[in-house]
Amino acid sequence: MSNIIETKGLTFSYPQEEGEAVTLALNGVELSIERGSFVVILGHNGSGKSTLAKHFNAVLLPTGGQVLVEGLDTADEALLLEIRRRVGMVFQNPDNQIVANVVEEDVAFGPENLGVPTEEIRARVDAALRSVGMEPFTLHAPHMLSGGQKQRIAIAGVLAMEPGCIVLDEATAMLDPSGRREVLEAVERMNREKGITILLITHHMDEAVNASRVIVMDHGQVALDGPPKAVLPQVDRLRELGLTAPATVELLSRLRRDGWQVPLDALSVEDCAAAILAGLAK
Amino acid sequence: MLKDITLGQFFPGNTVIHRLDPRTKLLAVVFYIAALFTAKWFVSYGLVLAFLLLCIHLSQVPFKSLVKGLRPVLFILAFTAILNLFYTPGRTLWHWWIFTVTIEGIFTAFFMLLRITMLIMGTFLLTYTTSPIALTDGLESLLGPLKKLHAPVHELSMMMSIALRFIPTLIEETDKIMSAQKARGADFESGSLIQKAKALIPILVPLFISAFRRADELATAMECRCYHGGDGRTKLHVLRYQGRDYGASAALAALLAAVIVLRQFGL
Amino acid sequence: MEPIIKVEHLTHTYGEGTPFCRSAVKDVDLTIYKGEFLGIIGHTGSGKSTLIQHLNGLLRPTAGTVRLAGEDIWADPKAIRKVRFRVGLVFQYPEYQLFEETVYKDIAFGPRNMALSEEEIDRRVRQAAAFAGVREELLEKSPFELSGGQKRRVAIAGVIAMEPEVLILDEPSAGLDPAGRESLLRNIRQYHRASGNTVVLVSHSMDEIAENVDRIIVLADAGVAMEGTPHEVFSRAEKLEAAGLSVPQVTKVAMALRRLGVDIDPAVYTVGDLELALQPLRRRDAPC
Repeated sequence: MSNIIETKGLTFSYPQEEGEAVTLALNGVELSIERGSFVVILGHNGSGKSTLAKHFNAVLLPTGGQVLVEGLDTADEALLLEIRRRVGMVFQNPDNQIVANVVEEDVAFGPENLGVPTEEIRARVDAALRSVGMEPFTLHAPHMLSGGQKQRIAIAGVLAMEPGCIVLDEATAMLDPSGRREVLEAVERMNREKGITILLITHHMDEAVNASRVIVMDHGQVALDGPPKAVLPQVDRLRELGLTAPATVELLSRLRRDGWQVPLDALSVEDCAAAILAGLAK
Repeated sequence: MLKDITLGQFFPGNTVIHRLDPRTKLLAVVFYIAALFTAKWFVSYGLVLAFLLLCIHLSQVPFKSLVKGLRPVLFILAFTAILNLFYTPGRTLWHWWIFTVTIEGIFTAFFMLLRITMLIMGTFLLTYTTSPIALTDGLESLLGPLKKLHAPVHELSMMMSIALRFIPTLIEETDKIMSAQKARGADFESGSLIQKAKALIPILVPLFISAFRRADELATAMECRCYHGGDGRTKLHVLRYQGRDYGASAALAALLAAVIVLRQFGL
Repeated sequence: MEPIIKVEHLTHTYGEGTPFCRSAVKDVDLTIYKGEFLGIIGHTGSGKSTLIQHLNGLLRPTAGTVRLAGEDIWADPKAIRKVRFRVGLVFQYPEYQLFEETVYKDIAFGPRNMALSEEEIDRRVRQAAAFAGVREELLEKSPFELSGGQKRRVAIAGVIAMEPEVLILDEPSAGLDPAGRESLLRNIRQYHRASGNTVVLVSHSMDEIAENVDRIIVLADAGVAMEGTPHEVFSRAEKLEAAGLSVPQVTKVAMALRRLGVDIDPAVYTVGDLELALQPLRRRDAPC
């Protein structure tokens, strides 16, 4: 099976008070997430992207349709632990997901809950901390660390459960640029080296540049879906969806309006500069 | 700043006392307190004191910080001493108005003072040399047999360790909210008691809301990491008694026995 | 230009006399001018939050002085509250400070602490709400029913309502989506233009600073590392990167073009500027 997560006609509405009209937070989402891919899910606040993310490991259950994790139906309560082990989740606020007083104890929390034998927990914790580059902090108190470091601890905590997929639910939103870079580098490495599927929910457009696939959510539906080079150059469409194109694309699109012959999909700084140079000669 | 407050502060170290199993230390404190309350006269007090000083020496905790720990209870110390000094019946040494000092009073006051001081120093030594995590682990393990009676031992210790984990976070948050309200001209210092209490509302409301939000998010995060109560849970650190733990337990038992014997002789 | 805040030899040391003693701000001199839109930028730990808490007297300097309109703000420590009304400080994630039953009452908290008359409070609340983009019909709602972005605006209005001569905003757009970010910054620019008051924008986003301010102060390692117009600061991009900061994306493109041999000012920092700078180059090469 090459898809790690599949949603079929997924709809969801938050419980409403009496007399209130039903608003669908998700409205018929059909998605197949390929194993080993790096998927960035974009969307403005309230577009449904976070609601969608919370369905991937059964934090929320569909009100209509189905979510399958490696073929396991998230609505089946007997499979709950297995689904959560396979799809790990990192949340927005680093302070509110760290359970223990010591870094290694926190990373051990997941495997402890799964009943992994003590010696193996030790090995998993050390390996997880090594792969996020937080080994020197094994015995530190989490509250003394920076935001980026705390999120890397949270990633290590998920990693120690040996998941096939990690969902980052706006995990970079509260970080400064260097913290964001730390977290992105950690998950990119995990994706590259361990083949772990990454689902990154964000509204920072530049985080989408290196993804293998970009999905843009709007009104609880998939509005755009494709590789970054196909999605990010759609300057006007993105603006309609409450997002802004990366500065490189914005620049290229303006130059095109001025009559330049430049491509729109030169997303990185280097590609963009090269495209402009080529455009100068034309 | 609020951040400077430390609750049950821990002095990291690697001495014999630090390395003792937390369960041993918890039991030792119980034995020690029993000995302290059994002690009657100079000899037995001296024995317990010598034992305490030895432990302090072994732990390398600066004596000064232990003395500092007495500061908050200074008032209680003075109060009990004075009460005992003036109101113990016996042979009168000195009398003025309603105050009577007796020989027995002097001794009782002195022993009372010694007892409370040593009690506090001993328990502080425990928290200074044992990390809060180790303490909760130790408690959970010691109370383990109660699980058979369906007492929520695991849940309690989980609650305790999460509370400990969030103390610094919430203190920092209080600091932040206070600063933000001060920036809007809130005044926490002046005014009557009622005004001062009212001035706390702008701090308490956001603090509670944020604490509930944190609790909610933490619960979700814990569930996402497969937390489902204490059943079938394993541990990264398993507590195991070592030779030194048996040694320490034996020493404590001997101390208590000696004090009990001395008491029979009125010493 | 007339200075409004002057910081002289400011040093702030946390935990003095303990082994954890650390100077968050060290011998800093800086001037903020009346009516300007100033950007303060620095990475986490550069001392920016410690610095701004000195400007309204929340922190007291270990050494040095802070002058507001020429006067040492700590000349009379009892009057420090008055300084806080004149220098308004909006903290990071200010929505977490809301506490009143209604949006109106929350915005009125500052003005009420100033002991103003009811009519004056009412005027200020409504005006501040308008500046911050809080719609009239939200005023009677509970702040806890609002969305994150709206809460943020209410909290900002609560500081604007004190009508401070200097408004300092610490990362006002943190966590907002691109549209929310743009619209909030538009409101702040409008406030600056309409009120004529000084605005200080503290941020670690270069793009945000580049697009909004007249002058930039760069903090690094507990001190001022650079100071000047955006053009002056971004022309020293290498130095910025050495201070652990990144330059705006557009500047990076310009720098890359220079490396490729294109003769272009590397200090451009908005998309529009780079577009303009590129036009003449092309016309010379290929007239069409």
